[in-house]
Amino acid sequence: MKSSSLRRSLLPGLIVLLFTLATQWAVSADNKNPNKFNRLMVPMSERNPPPVEDGIHDPENFGTALLQTPRESFSALPRAPSGNNVNWTKALENGDINPRYDRDDAEAKPIVMDLNIVREVKGSMPDVVYPHKQHTEWLDCANCHPAIFIPQKGANQISMAQILLGEACGICHGKVAFPVSECRRCHSKPKTGAQKVSK
Amino acid sequence: MKHLIKYRLRQVALSFSLVMLAGAWSGGLLYAEFGDVVINNYSDDAGMRPVIFPHWFHRIRYRCKVCHGDLGFQFKAGGNEINMLKIIDGEYCGACHNGEIAWAVENCDVCHSAKPGTPTQVHMSTLQKLIAPVDKAQGKQK
Repeated sequence: MKSSSLRRSLLPGLIVLLFTLATQWAVSADNKNPNKFNRLMVPMSERNPPPVEDGIHDPENFGTALLQTPRESFSALPRAPSGNNVNWTKALENGDINPRYDRDDAEAKPIVMDLNIVREVKGSMPDVVYPHKQHTEWLDCANCHPAIFIPQKGANQISMAQILLGEACGICHGKVAFPVSECRRCHSKPKTGAQKVSK
Repeated sequence: MKHLIKYRLRQVALSFSLVMLAGAWSGGLLYAEFGDVVINNYSDDAGMRPVIFPHWFHRIRYRCKVCHGDLGFQFKAGGNEINMLKIIDGEYCGACHNGEIAWAVENCDVCHSAKPGTPTQVHMSTLQKLIAPVDKAQGKQK
């Protein structure tokens, strides 16, 4: 009599427990699930993890614990949907960061060139506007010219396949600068009516 | 009867903790920071942990031009033949990591901090995202 009432009182608890087990099992099997919603999408809570948890730093290593965590550092910077989840261009424009242009001279100013290059794009994507301004804030002319881009109109054939494989724009974009998934940051000039007709 | 329930409870508790453990183990798909460069040209062979260069930390303090223009770093992971001799002579990392501008070379394990065997790579790069079966937790790249 006593044991059956005990069993009855245990039953709801057991159901809850089984449910928890089932969800736990689903979570643990998540990585292997071929129908997972999106294996590349990292939830916000898992982005910019501290070095001890990031999967490539060795947690056994004493120095790992000394490193600043990106999350702490980025908390004061404007956000972006991909890459470091930081909009570095905006951070620089806003003055949130003030990186040196010279190792020793804190006052050295970059040689900024304000020149937009419009690259007409085959197909339906908007044309690419390449802004020299934002690039020369960070880089020197010699970083790109002439080794990566010949400074002459029409001299550079660039394809998305090249970029994805880490050539041309892809030498930086997709590695340290914002990745190609942010299409419209480059493909930003809608095609005119005349262009649409001629195609 | 009572000890049968106890036995079952113990069984359930055991399987529950096992499942939790499995969850903790396989749920740990983690990602280092976008742009972190692992350099393992010589480290593994020399019995040191590979180096992880955090791009994000450095770009907050210096523009690209300082290292990629003035200091001669190529835009390629592992493309610079950096060794400790060059660093102590003030080349590459040693241009700043000299105890004057940034902390000096004797803090070995602040740079040499990757899991042993991690290959040279730009972490989270587009290339890594193109390849489906990359074991990100291990940082392996094909």
